[in-house]
Amino acid sequence: MAVCIAVIAKENYPLYIRSVPTQNELKFHYTVHTSLDVVEEKISAVGKSLGDQRELYLGLLYPTEDYKVYGYVTNSKVKFVIVVDSSNTSLRDNEIRSMFRKLHNSFTDVMCNPFHNPGDSIQSKAFDGIVSGMMQTG
Amino acid sequence: MMAGSQWELPPELCCRPMAFVALTGLDVVYNAVHRAIWDAFCANRRADRVPISFKVLPGDHEYPKCRTKRTSYEWYIPKGILKTGWMNKHLNLVPALVVLFYELDWDDPQWKEKQSECATKVEIVRTSLQGRNTKVAVVLIQKKTPLPPGEDLVASERAAALCNGCDLSGKSLFVLPHTDHLVGYIIRLENAFYEHAQTYYYTEIRRVKSHKEFLNKTTHQLLFVRHQFKIAFFSELKQDTQNALKYYRAAYSLVHELRAHETNMLEIKTMAGFINYKICRLCFQHNTPLDAIAQFRKHIDLCKKKIGSAELAFEHSAWMSKQFQSFGELFDEAIKLGLTAIQTQNPGFYYQQAACYSQDRKQLAQQLCQAGVSYPSPDPLDTQSGGLDFYGQRPWRQGHQSIDPPDAEKEKTGIVALQIKERDVPHSELIIAHLSNAVAQFKKYKCPRMKSHLMVQMGEEYYHAKDYTKALKLLDYVMCDYRTERWWGLLTAILTTALRCAFLMASVKDYIIYCMELLGRASKLKEEQKSRIEKNLIKVLMNEVPDPEPECDQSSVSAARSLWNDRTALAGLNELTIEVQDYIPFIQCKAKFCSPSFHVDQPIQLQVFLRADCPHTVSFHKLAVSLSNQEYNQWCVVESSGQETMNLVPGKTKCYNFTFVARTEDVGKKIEVSCVMLGSDHGRCVFLSWRGAGGDAASTHEALQASRSSRRWGRNVEMRQELDWDSLAPQHSTMIISRVPKISVQLSHEPPALNNEMYCIHLTVQSQEEAVAKDVKLTAGLKPGQDANLGQTTHVTLDGSKVCDDTAPALLPDLPLGDLKPGEKLDKRVCVRCVSTGPRVFLFHVAYSIETTVEGRQIVCKCHKDETVTIETVVPFEVSAKFVSTKFEPLDRIAVDIPFLLMTDILSSSPWPLLLASSSLQLTTMVSNTPQLQSQLEEVVLQTGECASECFCLRCPPLTNGNNAVATGQYQISWKRKSSSADSPLIQSIITLPHVILESVPLYIHADLPSFGRVRESLAVRYHIENRTSLVQEVEMTVEPSDAFMFSGLKQVRLRILPGSEQKMLYNYYPLMAGYQTLPQLNISLPRCPATNAHQLRRFLPQRIFVKVTHTPTTGTECDFIEDCSEVLLFSLSVGSLRVGNLTGSGSAPGQDQLQLFYAIFKQRAN
Repeated sequence: MAVCIAVIAKENYPLYIRSVPTQNELKFHYTVHTSLDVVEEKISAVGKSLGDQRELYLGLLYPTEDYKVYGYVTNSKVKFVIVVDSSNTSLRDNEIRSMFRKLHNSFTDVMCNPFHNPGDSIQSKAFDGIVSGMMQTG
Repeated sequence: MMAGSQWELPPELCCRPMAFVALTGLDVVYNAVHRAIWDAFCANRRADRVPISFKVLPGDHEYPKCRTKRTSYEWYIPKGILKTGWMNKHLNLVPALVVLFYELDWDDPQWKEKQSECATKVEIVRTSLQGRNTKVAVVLIQKKTPLPPGEDLVASERAAALCNGCDLSGKSLFVLPHTDHLVGYIIRLENAFYEHAQTYYYTEIRRVKSHKEFLNKTTHQLLFVRHQFKIAFFSELKQDTQNALKYYRAAYSLVHELRAHETNMLEIKTMAGFINYKICRLCFQHNTPLDAIAQFRKHIDLCKKKIGSAELAFEHSAWMSKQFQSFGELFDEAIKLGLTAIQTQNPGFYYQQAACYSQDRKQLAQQLCQAGVSYPSPDPLDTQSGGLDFYGQRPWRQGHQSIDPPDAEKEKTGIVALQIKERDVPHSELIIAHLSNAVAQFKKYKCPRMKSHLMVQMGEEYYHAKDYTKALKLLDYVMCDYRTERWWGLLTAILTTALRCAFLMASVKDYIIYCMELLGRASKLKEEQKSRIEKNLIKVLMNEVPDPEPECDQSSVSAARSLWNDRTALAGLNELTIEVQDYIPFIQCKAKFCSPSFHVDQPIQLQVFLRADCPHTVSFHKLAVSLSNQEYNQWCVVESSGQETMNLVPGKTKCYNFTFVARTEDVGKKIEVSCVMLGSDHGRCVFLSWRGAGGDAASTHEALQASRSSRRWGRNVEMRQELDWDSLAPQHSTMIISRVPKISVQLSHEPPALNNEMYCIHLTVQSQEEAVAKDVKLTAGLKPGQDANLGQTTHVTLDGSKVCDDTAPALLPDLPLGDLKPGEKLDKRVCVRCVSTGPRVFLFHVAYSIETTVEGRQIVCKCHKDETVTIETVVPFEVSAKFVSTKFEPLDRIAVDIPFLLMTDILSSSPWPLLLASSSLQLTTMVSNTPQLQSQLEEVVLQTGECASECFCLRCPPLTNGNNAVATGQYQISWKRKSSSADSPLIQSIITLPHVILESVPLYIHADLPSFGRVRESLAVRYHIENRTSLVQEVEMTVEPSDAFMFSGLKQVRLRILPGSEQKMLYNYYPLMAGYQTLPQLNISLPRCPATNAHQLRRFLPQRIFVKVTHTPTTGTECDFIEDCSEVLLFSLSVGSLRVGNLTGSGSAPGQDQLQLFYAIFKQRAN
């Protein structure tokens, strides 16, 4: 149900980005990239108050006419971004949260792979599978 | 109506409605008083004044006619929602109040005439307002200041008459005295006018409301909306914004209840847009921005899908764009008035969306508006009045409200006309304007990435608008953001557009740069596209015209071709150098010195690695490295000769090695790679230049990733053979260091140094060079950079024959030592005098120059060898001095004019044996009691821990001044190391002796007695008693009997001694026993001076004497020894030590001590 799922490195370059093939891929790249403005702002706002008690889920980053963009930041400052179609009103906050959790777990598995070099883009069939699952059914 | 302005909101909608009051009877052109009154109404209309818009109208002005009131709505079918003129009519044409100004004083002589003239004028105004509820008021302009109300009876009477005559209520008649306080009167007047206006709008609202009961829901739906809108608008004029908002909201929901179909869709949307605008505006005004946002969202959601006619779909996008734009403007205005916006909710989003819909509009227009159709005639958009009667209607079927268009043919031509008009709309301009508005907002609300994204869109729009220069400028500006953030996909997309621009402009340099980056490793282009671009790049390098980029406009392509042709004709003149450091070019370069430092006699090795990432082999002609010192550049060039070129095979790393010899002047300096240039000159000479040692915008991160990579751990050796490009670290500078010296410098010395001595350090320099070391120079002394005090207390000299003075420097620089042949040895002695103790670091720096050959080149190298040594300086000996009596009893005070002994102890703390050459006393107040003070320490050698003592017999002469404590003097010791050579100088150490406290004694007594006695042989003892006072002293003397002696003489005597004189008492003692014997005790008391007791006096007298046995010729070693000596040996034992005193007694002048202690030595081990 998500139309685009992205994993962004701590330094804000994409580690993984996939969108529904029917639409303009570049547009989603831009959407994810611009959402980083909000993510950065949210992280820095939290950093001022209680550093370690931060919630990973950032919630709705910003609504556009067509999409809703949600964000999630791991403790190592790796960002997950999920873009959902605005018309899709059935998705509730809880479901978005569980999507992020699933994504995080799978990402952790990727990082645990001794042959994966952290900082390189993610090339994992298992991760692909999880993402595909979310893009189809939510 | 212009197609471009069709979507603009009418100004009467956007303004703030204010009550309209018309002023008549004022001649503002020729009458100064009237002018002043008018100015007072117009000027300074600040927020604190009532919201009225004034207008001066002539007295006979024709107001819009009021239509006859409808008595029934039964057969009435409305033609539209809102007439286009309605808002303007009530803002500017139909006044709420008409004020007639008339000059008339109460005491005017022609009162009657004037009164009737005024009544006539009022009547004229009334007539032209026939049927309207507009109020009329009269203001009398008077020259005199009015009396307080009630006092002027004439005034009240005439006022009543005037009201009557003009049919006015008393509340509508005003007096304006033309005096000093004009503004004050005017403000009171306008407040009164405002009240009248409010009453007028109230009645208007009531009037419109009263229509409601006649309406039915089937045919009068449009009227419901119209009436609600009118009520709301009148409420606004009445400044009742809360109710206005309520009625606008009602109107808004009613407008969406209208039956919508293709023919009235535009009208509904137009009105919905107007009402929405009003609601949002009022919400912002009421400081409820969230309500405004919610209303706007609702509005957009309701209207988004109401596209209307498919053939005019671009109209819907245009309308949507306008909605977003005007909301953005309202939002922005509210922010300017103090509202705070946030990052995720700011006007920028609305401008962005406006741009988005403008883009849609452009696309739809391009799809729907086919070229080649001629504009229909007669113009279906033309109306008789030149405008529309109702908002949002079609000019060719105004007032038509049924579902189907009345005339299909007219409808068709109308649509064609609109489509043709749309073609001329400058869409790109609109889009860019929206985008730049949005950019400004996002910049303000900390959204750099959003800003970049919008700038990309702007660039693309400029590209579509064929303004390639602006497009490139924008794209180039944001490219680096995407590059540094490593969003390669986006970077590739931007580069692709930029490349098209560069092609269409025929900008050679830009074209090459974008090609290079699109061929590079950051590019996400497919292999075949890269291949195409590389072919184009090669064409440009060959000075040919490249193939056009795909998706370029055909007409622009042909224009670009001719531009390229011009460029190629000019080429060859311009050499291009492209700084590629900040891009990610298709050739990577890394330069590396093989070592971070090179000795000057070693050849410097520099490697340049090149690697191409493009699909095809690249060839080049020249590779040059520029170094910080330009002189080396000539050694770091590779150039292909003739037809041969150097090639870079994709994916293979190529390494070029350069070797050169550093100049000797550069020793100690750094050589840096300042840039690497790669050139090709097939036809066009292009140089790629890397600043520093290569690398580009992406290589730092790649190197970091490579360092993290597991590949580094070397899973297998095969991978090692291929040089890992990413982990190849550039080394951009190297240090030239001096040649390794081949000489040995050895130091020999005997630490620690002793304080003040001339400490000798022997330096041996031996050459191991194969050639002659020339200009050998020695720098010796205290190493610079230590405690500043050390410089003052350290003196270095080469002359060891005498003690150097304080002028000798701490460091001797550059002492020439001549040349040194291979294997030759050179000795040098350096003497150091350290005045203070503690550690010091000494430096011995031997420098020389030598000729050597590197790579066949003769160079003269300077070499140097440093030796440092830390030397501790210690005190050679400790000197202590003490005062004792002639009986070796320690003294805390010295009696005046009575001999005493000064004993000095020299305790060696030097680890090396010391030779004490001599010692001497320099006395100040004291005088020696012996004729000459000869040193008793001459040539004494002291080992570590040994102590040498000396003894001097001194006497303190009577002092005239009353000082109790006096300085003794100085003790000087000349010494040197035992091991030092004979010519080495003696060191003088001077010790200041302690002060002594003096006392004077009233009576001094001393005894003359032989040094020994013999058993049963008479022993004459003479006591001298001196009176040291200025009084006659009475002395009582008794001698106590002793077992060891018999004696003769006065046993008890009382005598007087005159001041300064002495008495002698002679006793003959007859020893009875041998050995040490206590002499009979002499008790002396001074009855006149009881403070001085016998005990005090007794200390001057000898206590014991050694008595020998009777002189008989016997044999005994001890006795022989004693016999052989002409002296008496006096033994005295003290704790742990043996003192040998050698005394001779001889009778000399009275009052003088007869003792001369000329030899005392005391040897004591530390334990």
